[in-house]
Amino acid sequence: MLEVKNLQKSYEKDKPALTDISFNVQPGTFVAIIGPSGAGKTTILRSLNQLIKDDDGQILLDGNDIRTANKTQLRKYRRQIGMVFQNYNLVERLTVIENVLHGRLGYKSTLAGVFGRYTQEEKEEAMSLLKKVGLENFALQRCSELSGGQKQRVGIARSLIQHPKVILCDEPIASLDPASAQNVMELLKSLTEEYNLICVANLHQINMAKTYADQIIGIRKGHLVFDEKADMLSEDILRTLYDQDITKELE
Amino acid sequence: MQSPVKYLSHKGWHQTAIIAIIGGMYVFGSWILGFNNVDGLLAIPKAFSWLGINFKPTANSVTYLPRIWQKLMQTVLLAISSTVVAATVSIFVALLGSKVTGINGFVQTIVRGIASFFRNIPLVAWSMILLFSFKQSDFTGFLALLLMSIGYLIRAFMEIIEDEASETMLALKATGASYFQVIFQAVLPQILPSILSWILYMIENNVRDATLVGILTGTGIGFIFDIYYKSFRFDAAGMTVLAIIIVVIGLETISNQIRKVIL
Repeated sequence: MLEVKNLQKSYEKDKPALTDISFNVQPGTFVAIIGPSGAGKTTILRSLNQLIKDDDGQILLDGNDIRTANKTQLRKYRRQIGMVFQNYNLVERLTVIENVLHGRLGYKSTLAGVFGRYTQEEKEEAMSLLKKVGLENFALQRCSELSGGQKQRVGIARSLIQHPKVILCDEPIASLDPASAQNVMELLKSLTEEYNLICVANLHQINMAKTYADQIIGIRKGHLVFDEKADMLSEDILRTLYDQDITKELE
Repeated sequence: MQSPVKYLSHKGWHQTAIIAIIGGMYVFGSWILGFNNVDGLLAIPKAFSWLGINFKPTANSVTYLPRIWQKLMQTVLLAISSTVVAATVSIFVALLGSKVTGINGFVQTIVRGIASFFRNIPLVAWSMILLFSFKQSDFTGFLALLLMSIGYLIRAFMEIIEDEASETMLALKATGASYFQVIFQAVLPQILPSILSWILYMIENNVRDATLVGILTGTGIGFIFDIYYKSFRFDAAGMTVLAIIIVVIGLETISNQIRKVIL
């Protein structure tokens, strides 16, 4: 279980970016974090694997606080937490399979990782994961030759090979066309169930959040204003969240 | 608030004023220096015709070719070796000093300082300074080019790392990869094409600069150009210039081809 307790963060003094954020997520749950731009969604997400160091609070993964971890421990936590990015963040010049195998680096000795020595099992697993995301025929293509949707699926395979408990998705579909976006969301949803994952995604598309998420967290100006099952999200709450009527956009 | 019409007319005035100031500075400057614009302009065709008559290689100058060729190759090799050594040093220093991969703010400032120090001392000054310690030799030229190239390449490589590698670096850091794994698996593969492109550019540039350095340090193609020129063998000097132009254009063509393949 992922528990976030009283998370605080400010980038400038007296200008809190996050104030007292607390929520819990059970395994097998797809959580969407929604809210206006600049509300603090990315800060929350990146605190969860400590790419951003928050100021105060607790982040417990199965009861262990990852905030107090030292460097070596943090690497061990990070490898249990996959991450999917808006811009995919792949090494474009390398092949698809090399990018997927990067997900294993956290488990390797420094030297084996530096020289990219992977075991037979790791390579086979990478291939089977590529099959799972529908890219088995692209294994030896350079990532720069892929479409956005395909790149994002490589990113998802890279996070899955980490054998994660948690997958963090930072605007996973913001750069994708509607068809690829749906495809990626369906994939994330089905993987969450299949591997019993905790999947936390920042989303701008409220209809996507409503369709695919089990739980929705609403953030406004660094405060948590909503944390319920997805079907509890009402127009009233959306109006407070975004300071305006956006129901038209949904239709 | 300012109206758009007013803003645009203001902007028009600003531009006119800036052009007038630049023009004024030119007129003022030439007045101070006693520079006669008309004479200066008229002298250009004369200069070129003098160049054409005196520097034109003759049938006789072909006999100089083997010696020119030998010196030119020496110069090209000097440029290549200095660039390669500079690139090797620079990539490590750039990794230490870039905002993305750097160790800390202090090291970053030092690296930036070193790079700008090497870059901002003119090549001519480097050659003269090094002449005292290393005398007239190829090594002096090599060192002058090396230091200059290091200054440029550190700066360029740092910018490449910051522009191109930060996103993938973040992704690999998030998987729990260690610093060296991230550098070798994400940063270096990602930036390789841009790095090679810069190395090729630096080689072309250094061949041109090596000619100048050669005049000062008494080596390579610059040296024999100097000899021919000072001994009034203008046809041979012209032949030397022609050979340099051909080799530089040749190098540029080759490196453009390489760029097309790697990028």
